[in-house]
Amino acid sequence: MLHMVNKSPFSNSALEEAARIASKGSPILLIEDGVYAARAGTSFAPKLADILKDHPVYVLTPDLKARAVDKLVEGVEQVDYSGFVDLVEKDKVHSWV
Amino acid sequence: MMDEEMEVNENVKKVMFVMRKAPHGSIYSYEGLETVLITAAYEQDMTMVFVGDGVFALVKGQDTTDIGIKGFIKTYGALEHYDVEKIYVDRVSMEERGLTPDDFAIDVEVKEAEEIAALMEEQHATIPY
Repeated sequence: MLHMVNKSPFSNSALEEAARIASKGSPILLIEDGVYAARAGTSFAPKLADILKDHPVYVLTPDLKARAVDKLVEGVEQVDYSGFVDLVEKDKVHSWV
Repeated sequence: MMDEEMEVNENVKKVMFVMRKAPHGSIYSYEGLETVLITAAYEQDMTMVFVGDGVFALVKGQDTTDIGIKGFIKTYGALEHYDVEKIYVDRVSMEERGLTPDDFAIDVEVKEAEEIAALMEEQHATIPY
């Protein structure tokens, strides 16, 4: 199952709850304000590094560009809109809104 | 007759509502409960799981009189009459908030994250509230 998060980890616990509950190995896709979680050098970056040990983490490039998030935590993979569609088509999806 | 019964069974979907919001700060929690009751009326296989601040919605003794809203903690009591019996609470979320099952207005089953994940995977649909 794909887990989607669209909230900043600095204002909302959605990503931490998603990562804790999601089965090991399930992918997490960060979109909208969720992409701030992927920014390198923040206080959340070490937590994202921990999440990456259990889950592949994808981030939507247009949302990164819109927010000028240009340095990413190592291991995060960027996807464009068609990559987004590929992820969503592959499996069931839950949005942690 | 047999075919008819099988057809009915195939129409039953497993639907899980993932409740993550506290009860009175937004409409999500109330709307989620309403949606569960509506969906249950169609005799679907329902599960509710309370994660994060969602667990606050179940705490007994909520008195909303002085904030001018009706409150809906009593509505949870209706779930069993709609055969919604799979009501689960994430253990970590409960403990983080200093709660125990005795604090809840209805009977719930406390689940580990891994159990909740497995349940999510087997649903036809998971609905966030």
